Amino acid sequence: MDLTYTEEEEDFRARLREWLAKVLPGLPPKPAATDWPGRRAYDAAWQRMLYDAGYAGLHWPRDAGGQGATPTQHLIFLEETERAGAPYVGASFVGLLHAGPTIAAEGTAEQRARWLPPILRGDEIWCQGFSEPDAGSDLAALRTRAVRDGDTYVVSGAKIWTSHAEVADWCELLVRTDPAAPKHRGISWLAMPMDAPGVTVRPLRTLAGSTEFAEVFLDEVRVPVGNRVGAENDGWRVTMVTLSFERGTAFVGEVVACRRVLGALARTARANGRWDDAVLRRRLGRLSAEFAALWRLTQWNVSEAQGSGGVPGAGGSVFKLRYSHARQELYDAAAEVLGAGALDADHAWVADRLSSLSYTIAAGTSQIQQNIVAERILGLPKGR
Amino acid sequence: MTGPVDFQLTDDQRALRAGTRELLAGRFDRDRLRASVDDPALDRALWRELGAAGFFALRLPEEAGGVGLGLPEAALVFEEAGRALLPGPLVACQVLAGVVDGVATGEKIVGLCDGAGEPWLWEHPAACDELIVADGGAQGRTGGAFRSAPDRVVCAPMASVDPLTPLARLTDLPRGEPLPLDVPRLRREAALLTAAQQLGSAARTVEMAVGHAREREQFGVPVGSFQAVKHLCAQMLVRAEIARSAVYAAAVTESVLDVTGAKLLADEAAVRNARDCLQVHGGMGFTWEADVHLHLKRAWLRAECWGVASEAEELLAAALVD
Ligand SMILES: Cc1cc2nc3c(=O)[nH]c(=O)nc-3n(C[C@H](O)[C@H](O)[C@H](O)COP(=O)(O)OP(=O)(O)OC[C@H]3O[C@@H](n4cnc5c(N)ncnc54)[C@H](O)[C@@H]3O)c2cc1C
Repeated sequence: MDLTYTEEEEDFRARLREWLAKVLPGLPPKPAATDWPGRRAYDAAWQRMLYDAGYAGLHWPRDAGGQGATPTQHLIFLEETERAGAPYVGASFVGLLHAGPTIAAEGTAEQRARWLPPILRGDEIWCQGFSEPDAGSDLAALRTRAVRDGDTYVVSGAKIWTSHAEVADWCELLVRTDPAAPKHRGISWLAMPMDAPGVTVRPLRTLAGSTEFAEVFLDEVRVPVGNRVGAENDGWRVTMVTLSFERGTAFVGEVVACRRVLGALARTARANGRWDDAVLRRRLGRLSAEFAALWRLTQWNVSEAQGSGGVPGAGGSVFKLRYSHARQELYDAAAEVLGAGALDADHAWVADRLSSLSYTIAAGTSQIQQNIVAERILGLPKGR
Repeated sequence: MTGPVDFQLTDDQRALRAGTRELLAGRFDRDRLRASVDDPALDRALWRELGAAGFFALRLPEEAGGVGLGLPEAALVFEEAGRALLPGPLVACQVLAGVVDGVATGEKIVGLCDGAGEPWLWEHPAACDELIVADGGAQGRTGGAFRSAPDRVVCAPMASVDPLTPLARLTDLPRGEPLPLDVPRLRREAALLTAAQQLGSAARTVEMAVGHAREREQFGVPVGSFQAVKHLCAQMLVRAEIARSAVYAAAVTESVLDVTGAKLLADEAAVRNARDCLQVHGGMGFTWEADVHLHLKRAWLRAECWGVASEAEELLAAALVD
């Protein structure tokens, strides 16, 4: 058990801080939540700045165009960028955290050369086309069909809840290539260009009012067989690699952000008099312990992954269960601090309160995470 | 030069934990545990064996006959003690090993009374050769420590809710011989070691619940195949693992806030896990015969020692606006 950083790591942190202090003041103002072209441009420009400064794909392997940084350096990066108030990964999320790492791990040299550099430079945005109207928690029940026609797949079906679909160039798409096989065995992973004929995107409004995700209809879309990553019908395994990345480190920066928000909540409460309420004070005190422990759990998971070759383990489910709940508690506490001010939809905490409601659903619901913990970690029998 | 941040246990730490588990499995197995329920008088021979194994001298320097290890190692050992429900003033003897002669070796047993808030409780009064009182002072953060012979201490008996921990209530705080002790530090260490025991108990009750859920069948299947049961177990693990991260980190940093947060989360994990473990056991969980109540009652007791939830939450809240 050692929580001290090496000289090299402290050096890395110092250089990063210096760079952030230099570039952040020059950033343009954040676009409105409803301005998707503006959001894409903003997120892509930030990614480009990271790329030019040598911080893009920090934790990706060098042969994938990354910096080959240690998980600890990656953690420092997420901690420092969040602390400095740097932009969130935003529209680059799927490229950097799901599709990219999957291609890096499972793609051919040619596929890596084609898709990874534009992700790192912020030139191409990806979305994730996994969920379908009838395949959510039971993702393997997906029905979108891909029928082979020479060296192309002809894809038909419908995807739903596809985040950033409106502005994406590529979609990491799960399709059924063998309808006769058991459901986990007949799935393949394709990179589908979003501008291909037959792709229709219909944005869906979230309860927060903006269109964060969309329905994607696929009508005989032709995707080259060369766009398949991994073997035909091996897409489920390829996908599991992606999902473990998603559950592993995706929320690290947010934990740091939550600790910052908690401090701001307490100071606001003191200024507006609600601090006199011991119940509220104690609630915030407990949350402080929660987020501190979540941060330590992240360090624990990261140093465990460091020891096991980089793929985050089932510990990610333990983290996600507690974190998603704590985040919702945090913003409920924020509403208590704001009082009737919590009815002002323009308040940043109110917007975050609304978005926090998705945390126990997206990327595997809390119920599914509990099944995973019970069955895969605790070894309880599968069943109903 | 240090290595990269490595929160995992070292090989030595793993060996220490395994060794402690083995020692306790051999010397304090379930039969002994149940025998102690009937007769909670401390087993002096076992105490000396713990002493010989370095249980109390763990953090004393090697020149002083100790093992020269730190708080993280002590936390691992105490986690095992909590798992096994090992009774006795373990925390007192660990934090006072260098202060009272004979404690490090297990020859003598010392009690430690927290004078910060009433009631002033004394664990295992009949077993203690001496009693140290950590005086409250304002908020219990300052104040001194005093040593008294047990026969000088005025106390009233109290029927302890925990069958394994006899208690007495001091009717007056004896200010005997003053001791040059760093009381805030003592409190911090006591809180951390108590939290480590809570962690051990919390992790143990997950195992007990999971074990029962796999064995016990209803409707023709193990009850652990029902989601309602699975999800109870999953949340138990989450609580234990959150507490583990907090306790281990606090053992390394020794900061007041980290220790306070760790105690808060470990108390919650131990108490709530014992409750859920009881639920998973059904009617069996409500019996004297099952060990579940022993975990629950000890968890309640430890939650009252060295910082209760309300104090911890207020302290952490105050730090947010500092
Ligand atoms: C903000 C947001 C963004 C998203 N972005 C994307 C994206 O970019 N790409 C993508 O592919 N998907 C995305 N999703 C979809 C997300 O992964 C699914 O919503 C999620 O997996 C749940 O599926 P579902 O909505 O069909 O709910 P259902 O699976 O229908 O679940 C309904 C309820 O039943 C419960 N339930 C279902 N099965 C079980 C079971 N076996 N045991 C116990 N309870 C069960 C669930 O927990 C839930 O409470 C996003 C979702 C949200 C909210």
